[in-house]
Parts: sequence; structure tokens; C-alpha cells
Amino acid sequence: MANSKWYSSASFVLPGMLFGAILLRSEVLSWFRIQEMFRFQSFRMYGIMGSAVAVAALSLWIIRKLGLKSANGTPIVVKPSPLKWKSNLTGGLIFGFGWALVGACPGPILALMGYFQWPFFFVFAGAILGVMLYGWLKDRLPE
Amino acid sequence: MDLIHEALPWYVAGPLIGLMVPLLLLLGNRQFGISASFQDLCAWCVRQPQGYFKWDPEANGWRLWLVLGMIIGAIALYFVVPATPIAISSATQTDLLDLGIAADGNIYPKELLGGEEGFTWIQITTALLGGLLVGFGTRYAGGCTSGHSIMGLAQFSPASLIATIGFFVGGLLMTHFIFPHLIPALLHG
Repeated sequence: MANSKWYSSASFVLPGMLFGAILLRSEVLSWFRIQEMFRFQSFRMYGIMGSAVAVAALSLWIIRKLGLKSANGTPIVVKPSPLKWKSNLTGGLIFGFGWALVGACPGPILALMGYFQWPFFFVFAGAILGVMLYGWLKDRLPE
Repeated sequence: MDLIHEALPWYVAGPLIGLMVPLLLLLGNRQFGISASFQDLCAWCVRQPQGYFKWDPEANGWRLWLVLGMIIGAIALYFVVPATPIAISSATQTDLLDLGIAADGNIYPKELLGGEEGFTWIQITTALLGGLLVGFGTRYAGGCTSGHSIMGLAQFSPASLIATIGFFVGGLLMTHFIFPHLIPALLHG
């Protein structure tokens, strides 16, 4: 299977570069833009998220309608995330607290480090600690 | 529209982010989502034989390449395109000034998180704590703004809708009920 070739995985560097640049040029990784959003004082973030979801949904519909295949020849299958409402909601709330506090979600944390925004190296270290902590506590948490 | 000296307008930025979804599917049948890469990084380092931090290059290797690309893209942009000051609405500027934070055009508030001039222990702790909440919360919720709020909502997934509501309620509580007490305390010790 083509997927197991390392260069097939390595090709994802290119969309990564594009995504990093978009996050920066759209300013969605700015603490100040996130504050504007949570204070309902600008339409910008809502416009970005709304149009992103609309374009993504339309793309999925087109892919399904045309039965498109991926570059490695496999038919495109989209798996929905399993519903675990307690963890979706509790984890969501915890992430929301952190998102407002440091003004960055996971993608932006990575782009901000690449953009030499030094505090985000600490934020990243904290996030890795958080993931380790979750991995350790996982079986003792609800759901 | 000046793409070099101005931020992307929302109606360009949003669709570009949305196009990441078909791009990853067409390139290698992969589902858009960033927070899982933090788990992958842990797995890549610790290489548990079984369990939450088991390294599976076939399933997850691509995501580390995506992350590498994001960092390279950001570094390239830093050197190639001049930074534009972030200009937020005057209402937000006024609100933040009341908390002791000046919107000076920087990406993030230096008063709160520190910067080139150095860090206080409070700023380091704030950054670590915020990161901890982001890392723990996204893995507990099973995704972040990209995986749930974009990829998931585009599939009309109930799990993603609930998670996204959680993200926003958490952010609203932090901004409107905790910040008025927390930010002045963090800024003035």
C-alpha cells in the first residue's frame, strides 16, 4: 500500500506549510482576535469559522457525490468522531478556559513557535504535559 | 486587497482553512485535525508498546510531517513577509485596557505572557497552565478547533457540536467571569 512509504507521509509537509501561513496571515492565532470573538465585538472570527465549515462541508459533499479517490488510490472514507458527550463537553470546557487564557489552540501554538513568539514554547511545553497527564488519568475519568 | 501588508479578509481566510479538509483527504485520505499531533509527538518520544502513547507511523506519521510543515511555513513567513500590526476593534481595546492590557499591535499581550525582554515566573506559569488546559482539554474532548469545530461540524457530527459548545462556553466563562479577577492579579502579583 502506497501509504506505508515514508514519502507519502512526508508529502504532508506542503499542506502544513500552507496551513501555518494561513493561520498567521488570517490572525486567528492572535490572543487579541480571540478576545474580540469572546466579547462579541467583531464579526471576523465568526466569519472565518463559518465560511471554513461551509467550504469544508461543501467539499465533503462534492467528494461523496463524485466518489473521488485519494492520491494513493484508496476511496475517500470520512469517519465521524464517536459521541461521548461527557468527555466532549468537559474536555471542551477545559480547552475553552485555556484557549481564552493564552489565546491559542493547538495549530496556532505550533505556528506561533515557528514565528519566534517565545512564550508559546512554554505554552507548548504545558500542552505536552497536559496530554501526558490525560494519558495517565484517562481510565479514571468519566467516559 | 493587499495580501502582503494586510491580514487576509475573513472571506478569504475562512475558505482557505476549509479547503484544508479536501486537500488532506485527496492527498492521502487523512482527516484534518491538529490536537492529535500532540499525542503523536508524545507517542513518537516514549514509544509505548501498547496503550495511549503507542507509536503507529502508518496511522499517525503524516501528522508529524504536517506539524513540521506548519513550523517551516511560519519560519518562512517570518523572514519573507513583514509583520502587520494586529488592529482590533476599539470596544475590545477599551475593555482590555480596563484589565491592564494594551492592544499595541503585537500578536499576544506581552504584559501577560512575557517576551523578548524576558519572563517573570508568573508569566511562565500562566503560559504553562494555559498550555496544560489546552493539551488536556483537547485530548479529553477528542479534538480541537480544527478537528471538531471545522472537520467535525462539516460532517454534522453531534460529538463535534457538543465539543464546540464546550470550547465556546469555556472561553466565555474565562473571558467574562474569570479574567476580571485573574488578569489584574497576574499583572500586579
